[in-house]
Amino acid sequence: MADEKERKTPLLDELEKGRWPSFVTDLKKIAERKPMVKDLLGQLELSYKEKKGHWKHGGLVGVRGYGGGVIGRYSDLPEQFPDVKMFHTTRVNQPSGWFYTTKALRELCDIWDKYGSGLTNVHGSTGDFVFLGSNTDVLESIFTDLSKAGWDLGGSGSDVRTPSCCNGPARCELACYDTLDMTYDLTTTYQDELHRPAFVYKWKFKMAGCPNDCVASIARSDLAVIGTWRDNIRIDQAAVKEYLDNGLDITSDVVLKCPNQCIRLEGNELSIKNEDCVKCMHCLNVMSKALRPGEDKGATILIGGKAPIMEGALLSSVLVPFMKMEKPYTEFKELIESIWEFWDEYGVARERIGECIQRVGLGNFVEAIGLEPIPQMVSQPRDNPYIFYEEYFEEGDEEE
Amino acid sequence: MTTEERKTDIGPPNYEKFLHPIIKENYGKWKYHETLKPGVLVHVSETGASIYTVRGGSPRLVSVDFIRMICDLADKYCDGYLRFTSRNNIEFLLANKENIDPLIGELNSNGIPVGGTNNAISNIVHTQGWVHCHSAATDASGLVKAVMDELYDYFTTMKLPHKLRIAVACCLNMCGAVHCSDIAILGIHRRPPNINHEALKNMCEVPTTISSCPTAAIRPATVEGIQSVEVDEDKCMYCGNCFTVCPAMPIADPLNDGISIWVGGKVSNARTEPMFTKLAIPFIPNNPPRWPEVTGAVKNIVEVYAKHARKYERVGEWISRIGWPKFFDLTGLEFTKYHIDDFKHAGTTYRKTTQIRH
Repeated sequence: MADEKERKTPLLDELEKGRWPSFVTDLKKIAERKPMVKDLLGQLELSYKEKKGHWKHGGLVGVRGYGGGVIGRYSDLPEQFPDVKMFHTTRVNQPSGWFYTTKALRELCDIWDKYGSGLTNVHGSTGDFVFLGSNTDVLESIFTDLSKAGWDLGGSGSDVRTPSCCNGPARCELACYDTLDMTYDLTTTYQDELHRPAFVYKWKFKMAGCPNDCVASIARSDLAVIGTWRDNIRIDQAAVKEYLDNGLDITSDVVLKCPNQCIRLEGNELSIKNEDCVKCMHCLNVMSKALRPGEDKGATILIGGKAPIMEGALLSSVLVPFMKMEKPYTEFKELIESIWEFWDEYGVARERIGECIQRVGLGNFVEAIGLEPIPQMVSQPRDNPYIFYEEYFEEGDEEE
Repeated sequence: MTTEERKTDIGPPNYEKFLHPIIKENYGKWKYHETLKPGVLVHVSETGASIYTVRGGSPRLVSVDFIRMICDLADKYCDGYLRFTSRNNIEFLLANKENIDPLIGELNSNGIPVGGTNNAISNIVHTQGWVHCHSAATDASGLVKAVMDELYDYFTTMKLPHKLRIAVACCLNMCGAVHCSDIAILGIHRRPPNINHEALKNMCEVPTTISSCPTAAIRPATVEGIQSVEVDEDKCMYCGNCFTVCPAMPIADPLNDGISIWVGGKVSNARTEPMFTKLAIPFIPNNPPRWPEVTGAVKNIVEVYAKHARKYERVGEWISRIGWPKFFDLTGLEFTKYHIDDFKHAGTTYRKTTQIRH
């Protein structure tokens, strides 16, 4: 058996060449003490040879009391690769902003080394710390060890997926609200919705501190909370002068790049017509030392972003142009719960909220959740005259 | 195992206990940041305090031994504090400026490149591929490795007109959200699913399978006496959604699966609005282990962009300025009928003006 495991991987070995760190080198090293990884490499080599994957999907696996967090994965060649016959994924809910101590990371590594393949994704696409590859019979033990150490599972299936956020006020001067706290607060508030799938499909929250949107919330979440401000950009004229003295071409690199032409440079003095500013972030990105967001901060809330399956990719669109984002986020949570109530009633199986809104119409949707239709929600009013009028007169109606 | 130890619904650990003391003291007080050199940032607080960041590339698919190695370095130079970015870079957080160069030295000797900041190509966001996914049309980790080997110098320097974000997704599910990247590498199927009627009978619910199809291409059918389904091949656009709900409809086809390349997306609101990626190359055959046709195509687009775009233009902004005909001219890519949308709302992408460069 040992000899049989000395698998040759001539195709994968080609990926040990080159300067970018090689996952093959890393996998081959740990395969010396992990038979699972040896079989994973064997199966992957076969995929490279045949140009075809060898995983079966699905299979209900999980831990007691949870409906999500573990994703079943089985090899379709269990006789050839018995050690990856089962190769399940466990999603561990990451800390806000992906900040760790080495102690915490070593703790996760030790738990995973004890029970599983020792392979991870740091991190998965939604944000979890992902344990990649274990048998069914160790899932409970993994969970027990994790919870003893203070960790919990993330989401999977038709539930609240693990919320994630940018590094926010922890290490960024542009953060307009506390993305880390809000992510932690939402995650703990909605534990039941996260661990026990009860929706028609997945629901993703992403919290971005400013319109640079480093967590791609507008493209990758059903509900995007993007920090912004309502008052004036703060200008430090001494720092403006310093940029000029250091050779920054403010006219070409800042003034002419402003989408609404609201910046002027006269001599060493920079001025901004704030009523025309759309908070695009370009000037603040280029002149970090001289320009800062205003002080009346909050967030724009956008809804409906998703990848193509099923009806096509969508970017999120504006639901609330500005909301203050302060603990305990009551107004925001009330909004979420009214949206979920609507989605629960009108959403059909495997229909993300963005697609549901496309089907019923944004106007009907906002009316149903109790928001007023406002021009900030659209890029323009409709340009077709096919209007479904709901109010009309009938003969004999009394004039008012 | 005692049940007292097994607590449910505790949620993730509170992030506060993982924050570097300097970060904790200056939380929400950061004033500005500067990029000292590729991969090295300093954030300065209103209090005058500074925290330094050294950013390293990672394959994302990493072993516990790799993580322990970076922990050793973070213990030695960062008081044990580090973080990861939304693009899977490792960020080492340093209190002491003197530690920057020794840390970079040790990272490089452990094979970890330092860079990915400002006008660089950052780490590639990607999916599982053949390593761990049932619906993959290609491998993701291998593609990323091959592409980043080719573009390595763009990670470690900041010589591009602006930042450039690449993403890989191994099928249309797009767990890697490639639909808004500067350059997207997307695994695709090109043939309808292959139905195993015998298995379908036992494994799948017919109504769910039918409703899983975005184009209503799946119909109920009795095949050799078995209650099953059939696929209208003219309507199928090979998304594989039916396979996700019904394992008896496998869609992988080694002969026809491959890669498409998309360009010009962004998520940031800076200057221009967020944009979707648009089709550049409809099909490149899978050619593992190093996909030379894909790496060549991506490198060509990057180099043409680097040469022609103006400062602060993302790929999509550059193309908006020069126009799509010029993009195809400059890159030498062929424009085909596949580039003209024929799905829902296709008409919105037809040119409805005489404003054309001749």
